[in-house]
Amino acid sequence: MDKPILAVEGISKRFGGLLAVREASLTVESGSITAVIGPNGAGKTTLFALITGFLTPTGGRIVYLGADITGMPAHRLARQGIARTFQIVQPFAGLSVLENIAVGAHLHIAGRTSALAAAADVARLVGLDTMLQQPAATLTVAGRKRLELARALATSPKLLLLDEVLAGLNPSEIRDMVPMIRAIRERGVTILMIEHVMQAVMSLAEQIYVLVEGHTISQGPPATVAADPKVIEAYLGAGAAAKLAGGAHGR
Amino acid sequence: MSRSGFLPIAAVVAAMACIPFVTSSNVVLNFLVVALLLTLAGQGWNVLGGYGGQYSFGHAAFFGTGAYATAILQVRYGLNAWPAFALGIATGALVGAVIGTLTFRSGLRGSYFALVTLAFAEVLRIVASVAPITGAGVGTLIKLDVGARALQFQSRAAFYWMILALVAGALVITRLIEQSRFGAWLVAVRENEDAARALGVDATRVKLSAMTISAAMAAAAGCFYAQYFLFIDAGIAYGPWISIEALLAPIIGGVGTVFGPLLGALMVKVLGEAAKHVTGDVPGLDLVVYGVVLILVVAFAPRGVADVVARLRGLLKRPAKKAREAAHG
Repeated sequence: MDKPILAVEGISKRFGGLLAVREASLTVESGSITAVIGPNGAGKTTLFALITGFLTPTGGRIVYLGADITGMPAHRLARQGIARTFQIVQPFAGLSVLENIAVGAHLHIAGRTSALAAAADVARLVGLDTMLQQPAATLTVAGRKRLELARALATSPKLLLLDEVLAGLNPSEIRDMVPMIRAIRERGVTILMIEHVMQAVMSLAEQIYVLVEGHTISQGPPATVAADPKVIEAYLGAGAAAKLAGGAHGR
Repeated sequence: MSRSGFLPIAAVVAAMACIPFVTSSNVVLNFLVVALLLTLAGQGWNVLGGYGGQYSFGHAAFFGTGAYATAILQVRYGLNAWPAFALGIATGALVGAVIGTLTFRSGLRGSYFALVTLAFAEVLRIVASVAPITGAGVGTLIKLDVGARALQFQSRAAFYWMILALVAGALVITRLIEQSRFGAWLVAVRENEDAARALGVDATRVKLSAMTISAAMAAAAGCFYAQYFLFIDAGIAYGPWISIEALLAPIIGGVGTVFGPLLGALMVKVLGEAAKHVTGDVPGLDLVVYGVVLILVVAFAPRGVADVVARLRGLLKRPAKKAREAAHG
């Protein structure tokens, strides 16, 4: 097997008295879709901020393409091919959709005209091509999520971190978005995603990590993780796994 | 698209260059020189504040440094006015880079950034009012030496063309920024710094570059002030008046647009003069007028007069054209 594109090794982040991420570890294989799931407040978004250089870890190591990138600032990581979307969408509200995406395209393209052309190509890929001139502030939630995705894609990333791109979307919007994520992977982009929409996670991800109270408690393919008693207890409370098992036997 | 962006600049500058052929009134030319001086300082503020979203309250720091550097190099070191002018701009840019490094590296944003820039300008004003090299309280007087060699002109028209050329340069630089990758990054930082960083924008460096260019323009205005009036003291060079007027012009005219500062500077100066004429010379009344205008603009035309003009023109023309004008100011 290839060397993993990303390896997070025992990473921790402390905010004063709160240990938000506690020796979390995960490995992302090149070309895969890997998901991080976990209850609210488990530290998933903090983990993403650590990987993408928005926060500096208090302990542990992050290795990307064989090089230690721990503590490297966000813009340099972006240049090396790590892109992210934000859970709370962060559009450049005063700019048009096309100009928003062009900022991403400018990472590797200096010329204004070619950057705008590249941005238009990416917009087509995510289905925003009919609203290029529209101000980003006027987009719907679904539109803004697509814009987040488009901007990140425009930087031509090797590794794309998606922070709940499906949250807040209705079922039909989710049905549109899932094949889009798959198509991005088909283009050779490795994906690490945080997601609460379980149906989508189960169908998209090859590998799932479960983060609870800042710690990775379980990992494996979707079916394995879903059957793990530790995971069931984390979501449904202590003893839940036993009760479920007992209930099944008692019937 | 990129070439046509410079046509309006050429047209406006050419039209303004003809004014001395129409009138030789010193009152009119003096008024225009002062308005263009303010345009230049305001364009400097606009690069950092309008495009970069970093609202400085202390552009006097750069204006004053340019003015003092030009004057001191000539008076105390006997340097020719031309290199002194160039060095004045460079010194102002350097002060901008230093203040920018200190503030942006410590992550100051918004009102904190504004207050710190104000503090820097005030510290420089106080230092200049006591330091021997600036002439302390007496100020610095540049020797009258009329001639192109000393960058001093008998006719107001020559000074007018000189400041017009500087403003033309600032307009072209602003347009170039607008159409470049650097400009896209700068606007991205203004709109959302975190999102910009995630897309590979080195926000600190972009802001620092903008501040250096911005300071250079404000310093050029200061250099010109020294050459034109041949006298500066701490209250003129580093006084809050220029910090205020440099931000009023673009805010009233239209922040983040190429012509906003020019439009705003003309309006501010017309209103200031009108107020003086109506009431006699009540000191400080022009400031009251500025305050009222600022409130009106912020309340009713937050994107400035340029935007209002564009929208009015749009009502008369086709809607598609309107959108393009709004986008390119």
